Amino acid sequence: MMIYLPIAEVAVNAFVVLGLGGMVGILSGMFGVGGGFLLTPLLFFIGIPPAVAVATGANQIVASSVSGVLAHFRRRSVDIKMGIILQIGGIAGAIIGVLIFNYLKSLGQIDLFVTLCYVLFLGVVGGLMFIESISALRKSNRGATPARPSRAWLHALPFKTRFRTSALYISVLPPIGVGFFVGILTAIMGVGGGFIMVPAMIYLLGMPTKVVVGTSLFQIILVTGASTMLHAITNQTVDIILAILLLLGGVIGAQFGTRIGALLKAEQLRILLAALVLLVCGKLGLDLVIPPSEVFTLSAPE
Amino acid sequence: MTAMIKYLLLALTLLSLPARAEEVVLGLSHDEVAITATFDGSEILIFGAVKRETPIPQDAPLQVVVTVSGPLEPLMVRRKDRQWGIWVNTQSVLVDHAPSFYTVATSAPLSEVITDTQDLRHKISIRRAIRLVGAGVHDSQDFSEAVIRIREKDNLYSLRESTVAIDQDTLFRTALSMPSDLREGAYRTRIFLTRNGEVVSHYETSINVQKVGMERFLYNLSQQNPAIYGVLALIIAAISGWGASAIFRLIRDA
Repeated sequence: MMIYLPIAEVAVNAFVVLGLGGMVGILSGMFGVGGGFLLTPLLFFIGIPPAVAVATGANQIVASSVSGVLAHFRRRSVDIKMGIILQIGGIAGAIIGVLIFNYLKSLGQIDLFVTLCYVLFLGVVGGLMFIESISALRKSNRGATPARPSRAWLHALPFKTRFRTSALYISVLPPIGVGFFVGILTAIMGVGGGFIMVPAMIYLLGMPTKVVVGTSLFQIILVTGASTMLHAITNQTVDIILAILLLLGGVIGAQFGTRIGALLKAEQLRILLAALVLLVCGKLGLDLVIPPSEVFTLSAPE
Repeated sequence: MTAMIKYLLLALTLLSLPARAEEVVLGLSHDEVAITATFDGSEILIFGAVKRETPIPQDAPLQVVVTVSGPLEPLMVRRKDRQWGIWVNTQSVLVDHAPSFYTVATSAPLSEVITDTQDLRHKISIRRAIRLVGAGVHDSQDFSEAVIRIREKDNLYSLRESTVAIDQDTLFRTALSMPSDLREGAYRTRIFLTRNGEVVSHYETSINVQKVGMERFLYNLSQQNPAIYGVLALIIAAISGWGASAIFRLIRDA
């Protein structure tokens, strides 16, 4: 069944989009990530204009994160104070990100920049996660617990405050910085930034793992929400019909993903996720290097 | 079926008309295309007849060319080149007029139907219908050819030779399929009668393509009240997220 998208101005097969949403939903249920890093490139692939894919992707992540965060609220595993402080940085970052996005779009380099961002971040995050989870798997087989790295420099910064849920007493500056950085990525890449935020919270801020996912989802809702609004107002590129189709597939997929995820060990899950991230990174990287079949592209002028 | 009846009626009317110079009388199966949510392209039957005062000239066969053009819009064409090992957009050309959709249907191969001069004058074939400023690039021809190549691949531009059927040198008809990826606007529709490659008569009308219903509402809202549209997008997202979580909790608990 073909559905005409009013904003993207293309007709897409509704079942393909539902399927894409479902696939990404399964992954997000399995791994606890938003899946934007997969969804946005897949939307490019089925012919959605990049600007619409990025903006609508952000809107879709709002929904999947709301769905996920509610369970964490019930378990009280959301550090609201930390989330809000991350958010202050996040909104500023999203504004800067949309400005960068629009500037690069006018130069004709937005596709390249978005792809480079994906290759860089997916490569770094996927690589680190892969190495870390393999060594964790070895250690867990030997039965040792990993030591926490010391974060002396973190304690030297001013504006310290107490985060009760995370049991931390640290400066507000690192969370604002992390939020700012993720905010920029959200606006440019159409991703929630969970794949950057989660490792940053664990390794940089030293938050306990049990509050990390809930807090990350909480802050992703706010930052992708802000990003959706900014894209809607400055570019009119959020396609509600596309978002609804993705949502329907996504929420159903997420439920199956959660069950599949429960059958696997945490380290195995992380290795799989790392392999997937590296796969997407490799594909996008290859596309930059391989001579394209068509060197010309058409777009609406600014 | 109704189109067929119209076609016959038209033919009958014409036979009873007082004869004048060769002239086109045209009918369309519909002159409006409504883009709804489930819009999956549209087929339009274009049919017509030739009315004339003199007997049918015998020197050259009558030929018919039908062109349908979507709204003209400016287009940025960019070319990638290899730099530092990766493919980067380098040169760009602004095409100031390119139709979003263009099709030419003829009753015989284009070269037999119309001369180059007439083609140029009436801007009939696709490459004549595109206007390019092409400032600052020596090979601007490559850019306009790229526009045609890419849009032909997407079925937005097409040349369909020998698809107009002519009956008794008087009646003609062709079926035009419009793809699902349509832009809104007035689609300029032109019919040319030719003999010996020269245009002897032409006629112009337009087919109106418009989003309707939900599509119209959402598009207008996104353009006119982007803030309300954004909030609506967020509310839908929040409700469906919450709803999904609630429904599946019920299913699990049941």
